[in-house]
Amino acid sequence: MEMKRLNLKLAAALVAAAGAVSAVATPAMAAEEQFVPLLVYRTGSFAPLGIPWADGKLDYLKLVNERDGGVNGVKITYEECETAYATDRGVECYERLKGKGTGASGFDTQSTGITFAVSDKAMLDKVPVETMGYGLSQSVDGSVFEWNFPLLGTYWTAADVMIQDIAKKEGGMDKLKGKKIALVYHDSPYGKEPIPLLQKRAAKEGFELVLYPVTAPGVEQKSTWLQIRQARPAYVLLWSAGIMTPTAIREAQASGFPRDKMYAIWWAGSEGDVKDLGDVAKGYNAITVHNSGAEHDKVYDDLKKFVYDKGQGSDKSGKTTLGTIAHTRGMMISMLQVEAIRTAQEKYGKGKALTPEQVRWGFENLNLTQEKLDKLGFGQIMRPVKTSCSNHKGDDWARIVQWDGAKFKVASDWYQADKTILDPMVKEAAAKYAKEKNITPRTCEN
Amino acid sequence: MFYRENGQFKTSYRADQQIFPIRQDRIFIWLLLAVAFIAIPALSSDYLLRAILIPFLILALAAVGLNILVGYCGQISLGTGAFMAVGAYAAWNFGVRFPGMPLVVQILLGGFFATIVGVIFGIPSLRIRGLYLAVATLAAQFFVDWAFLRIPFFTNYSSSGNVSVPPLTAFGLPVQSALEKYLFVLILVVIFSLLAKNLVRGAIGRQWMAIRDMDVAASVIGIRPMYAKLTAFAVSSFIVGVAGALWGYIHLGSWEPLAFDLTRSFQLLFMVIIGGLGSIIGSFFGAAFIVLVPVALSNIPHMLGLPLSVDTAAHIEHMVFGALIVFFLIAEPHGLARLWSIGKEKLRIWPFPH
Repeated sequence: MEMKRLNLKLAAALVAAAGAVSAVATPAMAAEEQFVPLLVYRTGSFAPLGIPWADGKLDYLKLVNERDGGVNGVKITYEECETAYATDRGVECYERLKGKGTGASGFDTQSTGITFAVSDKAMLDKVPVETMGYGLSQSVDGSVFEWNFPLLGTYWTAADVMIQDIAKKEGGMDKLKGKKIALVYHDSPYGKEPIPLLQKRAAKEGFELVLYPVTAPGVEQKSTWLQIRQARPAYVLLWSAGIMTPTAIREAQASGFPRDKMYAIWWAGSEGDVKDLGDVAKGYNAITVHNSGAEHDKVYDDLKKFVYDKGQGSDKSGKTTLGTIAHTRGMMISMLQVEAIRTAQEKYGKGKALTPEQVRWGFENLNLTQEKLDKLGFGQIMRPVKTSCSNHKGDDWARIVQWDGAKFKVASDWYQADKTILDPMVKEAAAKYAKEKNITPRTCEN
Repeated sequence: MFYRENGQFKTSYRADQQIFPIRQDRIFIWLLLAVAFIAIPALSSDYLLRAILIPFLILALAAVGLNILVGYCGQISLGTGAFMAVGAYAAWNFGVRFPGMPLVVQILLGGFFATIVGVIFGIPSLRIRGLYLAVATLAAQFFVDWAFLRIPFFTNYSSSGNVSVPPLTAFGLPVQSALEKYLFVLILVVIFSLLAKNLVRGAIGRQWMAIRDMDVAASVIGIRPMYAKLTAFAVSSFIVGVAGALWGYIHLGSWEPLAFDLTRSFQLLFMVIIGGLGSIIGSFFGAAFIVLVPVALSNIPHMLGLPLSVDTAAHIEHMVFGALIVFFLIAEPHGLARLWSIGKEKLRIWPFPH
């Protein structure tokens, strides 16, 4: 009897161990397929943002395979890996996927923490890291950050554009003098990224910057908003994500802070964040690197025709995420990835599967003109972008969208971050990083 | 039959007092070390080393540290993540502020500072125990989280509060490739496990266990509770601090306080409980269970070619993992280490069960 019970326990232990060992083997893949790893978080506290974002990334890759038969005939293969926004799980995913096929074409890590951890390893493994609109702000400097691509804008871009829009509303930069601007941020590296830029701007324009950290995940904000009510800032910049965003809007309502004086970073400006709030969020501003989501462009039609109508869409219902801001952003991430592959193929041979190192060259030599974007179906979604050895961000156009109670609509022109402020900051921070890491910066010709 | 010590005579105190008095155990340990130092480096892939073995070894080391406190001395702690964080940040600060300092010295200094913090938060253990102490150590977790998030000095005024380590070298050798990192971690883990094993066998370990079993009785026979409890906190947080430094330096390379949050403390406590309280080898079993099983579970559907979406797989993983924990704790409340020793007993009397 005793023996039997022990056997059962041992068997269970063995099954667990055998599973662990078998997990280690990785299957081989055929050539002339380009592998794109997809790090996603469809679970955890940021899932409401993560799901449409992940769907968008996946949908665009499906579209390229279905519509064009891949990139110049090279089929895109992909695999999702769930990180739940946890750094150590992200590192595990990275290690698992980096060597698949001819090598991972680039990691969109979907998290600031994972970006930091992976950037370190990517340098040694020679794998590009694509962080569209997030990641390390100083990684714009391609001479130090050879493998990082914070395309289309960083948190410093976003912060600067917000200040510009506020100044425009107030009637000029000089009108900001003496005003109070509050930053309510997720207390993590993600939330802290904009602070250096805002401090610089505050010193220059003479406004007072007040900082309100909110402990993750951000459901406890009562005291923060009571302090805001006392301090009476003219504007609140919101660096939140996931559950923190609707909580902040509700607290703003409860404490009587006008929503149209709130500016949210792009990760806090999705339909999912405000849809359930409806009128409560009316007037809420968010920044985007692309259109408002509601405007139509050709790529949506293609996606419907080639993917969703065939029942292969990633969003099973086909309604909840398609065409939303976060979904569009996911598609843009994959589009930039695919275009990097296409660009690299022009140098290293069309119709060939490329190594991560070759794809990196593609990322560095992206040149998406309006004409190319029109062809891809992104002409109205985003502005042209061109990267170079020294500038891994490309052109950083961003604008403000406003929630009208039912949908986001564009509320401003396109802005660009002020180079005279941004560039020296990037240089300085990148030099500091290079010194800490013993990196000798490359020399870039341009 | 396989495990009988018949005929193994000990003729000196030295032979009687060695760590593994039974020959089969010694052979097993040598084999294990040979596999760890020779076979694994020769055979395993980058993924196996970097994503599975290195985190396993480091968390096993942290579990050894926690086991000294919880398993041997009976002081429940929920602040392990905090002590790991102190180790990691202290080591990093020495690395940044004294650029020439050898890596091993940085890591040991990380452990040293974790010891100081550990002892400070261990002082309440002189007055309170059990769940009350667990709540008091929780304070360490909150305080340390707060300190590393809000005091810019600790992160060398890094704008985002994130820190990252430069390329590492130890004793003039690079510690950069997966293999080098694995060997570096392995050496440290072996050394600290042997030290821990010896400590718990010795006078101080007996004092800890006496305090754990009944502190009043222990003090009656002349054991000083203050000395015993605080040394347990000190030794435990030193090892945990070293593990924290390794986690930051070797495994992540760059981290934020979130890497050492309360979840980490819970994770380590589960390792110790599932592996076996009061057992060094149990800490390794526990770490293996907690690190390997989720990775395996998240991989299995994909390996079998099941078209599961990643979120479904993640949910299933959580359910199965939870069920396995419950199953093991019901089947064997003393943890995997107890299963291991039952297995050895069975082998000893094989083939005549009773």
